[in-house]
Amino acid sequence: MRYDLFIAGYGGQGVLLAGNLLSYAAIHEGKNVSFFPAYGVEKRGGAAMCTVVFADGDTGSPVVGRPSVSLLLNQLSFDKFASKVKQGGICIINSTLVKTGGESLEGIKLIQLPMGDMAVELGDPRMVNMVACGAYAAKTSAIAISSLEKALTKALSERNHSLIPANVKAIEAGAAAVNGQKMID
Amino acid sequence: MKQVFSRPESLRDVQTHFCPGCHHGGIHRLVANSLDEFGIRDRTIGCASVGCSVFLYAYLDIDVVESPHGRAPAVATGVKRSRPDRIVFTYQGDGDLAAIGTSEIIHAANRGEGMTVIFVNNTTYGMTGGQMAPTTMPGQKTTTSPYGRDTTKDGSPFRMAELLSNLDGVAFSARVSLDTPKNVLQAKKIINMAFRYQIEERGFSFVEALSACPTNWGMPPLAANRRIGEEMIPYFPLGIFKNRDNI
Amino acid sequence: MQEKIFAKGNEAVAMAAIEAGCRCYFGYPITPQSDIPEYLARELPKSGGVFMQVESEIAAINMVLGASAAGVRAMTSSSGPGISLKQEGISYMAGSELPGVIVDIMRQGPGLGGIDASQADYWQATRGGGHGGYRIIVLAPNSVQEMYDLTMLAFDLSDIYRMPAMVLADSVTGQMKESFVTKRYTAAELPEKSWAVRGRSEGTGQNVVKSLKLGDGEMEAFHWNMIKRCQELSEKESRWEEFMADDAELMVTAFGSTSRIAKTAVAAAREEGIKAGLIRPITLFPFPRKAYENLSRKCGEFLVIELSTGQMVDDVKLAVERNAAVSFYGRPPGAGSLPTPEELLEQIRKHCGGVR
Repeated sequence: MRYDLFIAGYGGQGVLLAGNLLSYAAIHEGKNVSFFPAYGVEKRGGAAMCTVVFADGDTGSPVVGRPSVSLLLNQLSFDKFASKVKQGGICIINSTLVKTGGESLEGIKLIQLPMGDMAVELGDPRMVNMVACGAYAAKTSAIAISSLEKALTKALSERNHSLIPANVKAIEAGAAAVNGQKMID
Repeated sequence: MKQVFSRPESLRDVQTHFCPGCHHGGIHRLVANSLDEFGIRDRTIGCASVGCSVFLYAYLDIDVVESPHGRAPAVATGVKRSRPDRIVFTYQGDGDLAAIGTSEIIHAANRGEGMTVIFVNNTTYGMTGGQMAPTTMPGQKTTTSPYGRDTTKDGSPFRMAELLSNLDGVAFSARVSLDTPKNVLQAKKIINMAFRYQIEERGFSFVEALSACPTNWGMPPLAANRRIGEEMIPYFPLGIFKNRDNI
Repeated sequence: MQEKIFAKGNEAVAMAAIEAGCRCYFGYPITPQSDIPEYLARELPKSGGVFMQVESEIAAINMVLGASAAGVRAMTSSSGPGISLKQEGISYMAGSELPGVIVDIMRQGPGLGGIDASQADYWQATRGGGHGGYRIIVLAPNSVQEMYDLTMLAFDLSDIYRMPAMVLADSVTGQMKESFVTKRYTAAELPEKSWAVRGRSEGTGQNVVKSLKLGDGEMEAFHWNMIKRCQELSEKESRWEEFMADDAELMVTAFGSTSRIAKTAVAAAREEGIKAGLIRPITLFPFPRKAYENLSRKCGEFLVIELSTGQMVDDVKLAVERNAAVSFYGRPPGAGSLPTPEELLEQIRKHCGGVR
């Protein structure tokens, strides 16, 4: 099985850390991983973005034109990249910052989570990326939540290890929220 | 009968390609003499440069690596850093060291590389046929300064020994000449000091040797030799500009 | 099973260099390869090696020349503008029959260009790059694992064949992080460096490392010998990868990062019933001509894909022209010009007359 996902937001939302965390979690599960901190189609635009591909065998292209899953954390990313999600794919958005404007994303499952608000409630607005990772893992079952939690020790630098319990909470909150989420097809 | 003069062992018993009256042969001899005196020939690596000095390996019986034009101090840095227990020196002309290789010499000196640099200043590009060098004297005619070096356009000749002596990394810097027996003896002493600096791991040492180039100056050897004292030394004064440890 | 490491391609290069016994690194900062010197600045001294950031790209390659002449493993790394400056030293190294590893993480050009991925330095790398008519070994990794493996191989091949070796990658392969395994370096059968300048005491007499060859017939003999070494290199060391190539009716070919994108496109084409295959050169010099020639007897159409306006396509044509038609699809390097698998699949479909 080969999984690919695309993550985008503005600098400071922890997009690259999210990509790293998911990568370490996939490695923990014995997968091969490619993490590409840029995007083939649209590289410019002031956004932070990355592509993560993981698979039991070859990861293949680190460049993905039409991702299976996209995590879009701000309005600019949504406007630019939501329509790139491939047919039958999933687009998980941070509705705290993204107004969808009711446009139709035909053939794409759109999941709206107020990740920003959730992170603030959890005590740190910077944890929006952790909420997103939890939501991704729970929605796709591509990675176990427990693997994400284990991967925190590798993805976070040692001086931030004291923050692991808070991040675990944020991941779990993201997972719980997405499980109770009504899907808009 | 007591032998008072002989060829240093480090100097090969071959005829050189140098022109009559050229001082390269003498400078080679003084370097060979130092290698012999300190008994360091077998652990010395010479870095030859591009110009008349390129045949270093043909005249000195030591390991030699040839360097691209101007790059001998970089090549020597690579040798010395990878083999810090070896004695490493460069032997460079004025075009090589003070024009195309300015960056390499200044940075090697500034880093205080534990090497010795022998710099031969004959105010011209010898091997390529007498073009203007960075050390060509004001007003001096060369094949590329047929009306004489115009300092308003070409700048003034570099005084490398003084320039380098200002760098913290330089432990020893001096200028010598081989135009008189007295100066030859002084040059021998100073080249020895430069190698001593390296042997004792005291830092970067530099010796500029003024040299005649009768062929490209268009002078007979004796006149060329006289020019050193009459024209060059007044502009390029002899002496020790830095002797950090007062050895 | 050995635990996988997760690191950037550039870092894998640095790790492999240390493991392969590189004793000296000389470099100058340039994007997108600075992770290499940054890693080595931290780690190389720990294993007793020498790391130096120096005044220029030119000085750096000449220090590699010096250290290599003294018989130790040495390397430098850079990208386009810096690699251009290094060509003088590389030519002298080739002329002096010196080993040494140069890592080129390609960026766009000409001139200052930009820092995004490019494959437009294929010619510069595989044609020697400097003056005098020489070639150097060129290895083209397409994954972080290969950045590691081929860096080690570069040191060995360079020592065995006594010529500089280049690891040629781009900012995708250099900057992306992948899971990979490190390996203990086991030395290949390497010839003694009896030619090295270490002082007469270690040799049988005087050693001279030089590229000046003035003797009657000396330079001509050198060139013939160099060609002989290149031929031996071609016979023994050509490396390539084939994917779905046996029954392919369209052979896609690409190197480095582009080959990863192309491989995914070929797999997608197969799912649509299109008989596409892939051949990827791992050694760009020597170019695996025989492999291409063999495939061209079975497959009449080759599609070359490059992140440039077409350079490797020349070598493919030379290798297959008697048997197969060669077409080209390229994107000039630049921000946003990295092709996607979907884009390449479209090209494959076009060549195969749509879905079969």
